[in-house]
Amino acid sequence: MSVRAVPRTGAIALPRERRPLPVRKFGSYVLLAVVSILVAFPLLLALSYSFMSESEIATFPPPVLPMHPSLDNYQKVLGAIPIVRYLLNSFIVSTAVVIGQLITASLAAYAFSFLVFRGRQVLFFLFLSTLMIPWEATIIPNYMTIRTLGWLDTYQGLAVPFMATAFGTFLLRQAFMQIPRELWDAARIDGSTTFRFLREVVIPLARPALGTVAIYGFLSTYNQYFWPLLITNETLMRTTQVGIAQLRFEESLRWGLVMAGVIMVAVPTLALLVLGQRQLIRGLTAGAVKG
Amino acid sequence: MRWTARDLRSLAVGLAYLAPALFIFVVFVFIPLGRTFYLSFYNTRSTGLVTTFNGIDHYIDLVTSQTFRSGLVATGLFALYTVPLGIALGLILAVLLNQRLRGISVFRTMMASTIAISAAVGSLIWLLLFNPSLGLLNYVLSLAGVRGPEWLIQPTIAIIAVSITTIWLTMGTNIIVLLAGLQGIPEEIYEAARLDGARGARMFTRITVPMVSPSLFFLLVVDTVAVLQAFTQIHLLTRGGPVDATRTLVYSIYLDAFQNFQFGFASAESVVLFVLVLILTLIQFRFVERLVHYQ
Repeated sequence: MSVRAVPRTGAIALPRERRPLPVRKFGSYVLLAVVSILVAFPLLLALSYSFMSESEIATFPPPVLPMHPSLDNYQKVLGAIPIVRYLLNSFIVSTAVVIGQLITASLAAYAFSFLVFRGRQVLFFLFLSTLMIPWEATIIPNYMTIRTLGWLDTYQGLAVPFMATAFGTFLLRQAFMQIPRELWDAARIDGSTTFRFLREVVIPLARPALGTVAIYGFLSTYNQYFWPLLITNETLMRTTQVGIAQLRFEESLRWGLVMAGVIMVAVPTLALLVLGQRQLIRGLTAGAVKG
Repeated sequence: MRWTARDLRSLAVGLAYLAPALFIFVVFVFIPLGRTFYLSFYNTRSTGLVTTFNGIDHYIDLVTSQTFRSGLVATGLFALYTVPLGIALGLILAVLLNQRLRGISVFRTMMASTIAISAAVGSLIWLLLFNPSLGLLNYVLSLAGVRGPEWLIQPTIAIIAVSITTIWLTMGTNIIVLLAGLQGIPEEIYEAARLDGARGARMFTRITVPMVSPSLFFLLVVDTVAVLQAFTQIHLLTRGGPVDATRTLVYSIYLDAFQNFQFGFASAESVVLFVLVLILTLIQFRFVERLVHYQ
């Protein structure tokens, strides 16, 4: 651990500015790289296993990198389960939830930020109170509702219950309140209607917050397991998560195939993480800082 | 406080904007919550049809049920193994990531990657890692001279396996929340402490930890609530077994309602889950309120 001794001398030599010395910097990079790989290791291993044959996976000691990487498992998983259909289902449902949430949450957030009416406070607390109710505690009556509606094995059954979001409403309200009141007053004088102001001024100005709500809604819907497991029975109506999990309950577990499925299912959300990291972080930290 | 015609009109406009969200909440949150309470006092047929009033018998059954009590213990152990360790690890990694280095965002993305990973995907990967013959985990342990346990077969170990998986799954969120907390600490505080001769470990315990305590507390509540709601990991790793060792509250609700079709009894369990989450969130709201007043 020669690295540890260096920052001390560094601190003495440069008491004011903590400019990292090259050696210290190098040490930081090595440490960061090792830890990052450790944290991401299960995921990297899944990727690696998805390129291995079943016989290679069964060798001892357990392999880490494929000797003869091949795409066989991806081809096999396409034949074993209708994974393209699962992906399609998940995309349809998640997109529907995102659109629904954006509409209901912007309308509600608009009422909570720009409109003045009696009972607003009470209604806002009513919205927030839904955050205290775990979905799992209401899952039995919700299952019954969906069954009564004849919505088992349907997209609407998977999507409609999640089309409102208290967290998203809260986030959008915060964003809407940043919009200067003068714009509102000017619009009123110009004779703009309430709804037109929302559509033409508020929505365009709040685009980053809408992005956060959209990414959040997409990720959480796409990654759902319990609800789609309950309300879908038909193979063709399953979502990605339930679909790949079925592979686990097969007679003989084909690990290479399972890992190829896992990667195919995880790629869309990982891409979303890379593309929408800023929005995602904003959403998570809004919860932590503002409560 | 009389309602004028204008009051009513503005309320009507407001309600019109709230109506779509309110409709969803009423149909899929408020009414179902009420029905959960209602069902918990009734017997049902296996179809879910309400048959006879049962008073508080389901709750009495809960209190006397050995399975339910051991389920609460399993839930408690799950939280105990997962939450403190998950937060501590998250804090260490967040400190590591809170450096001004070129390319640091690559490491941040890598470590935060579990945010995007679903519980189903994570559980399937860990299922392989825990595999006694194929899994890497026991092989690595054997290199260190430790004989790895049968992770998912030994009752006392299975709950640990589920906890490890959960810690990994929540790692990304923990890191990002704590990193934001760390970045909110003014640099001057560290400068001042450094002038006073404070160094590494002392700086960490006396400045870093207290300054991120709001984030730590937030995660304590959020992660505990997440553990209370965890279903996927248990379904895919252990199915509540072996011998009910990982049959947590949520998993009991699933088994009793959707495998045994005891909707009334499962509703009573759901009420318990609701009350636990309610208490935790109320504590958090109180705490946040106090924090706001401090500023």
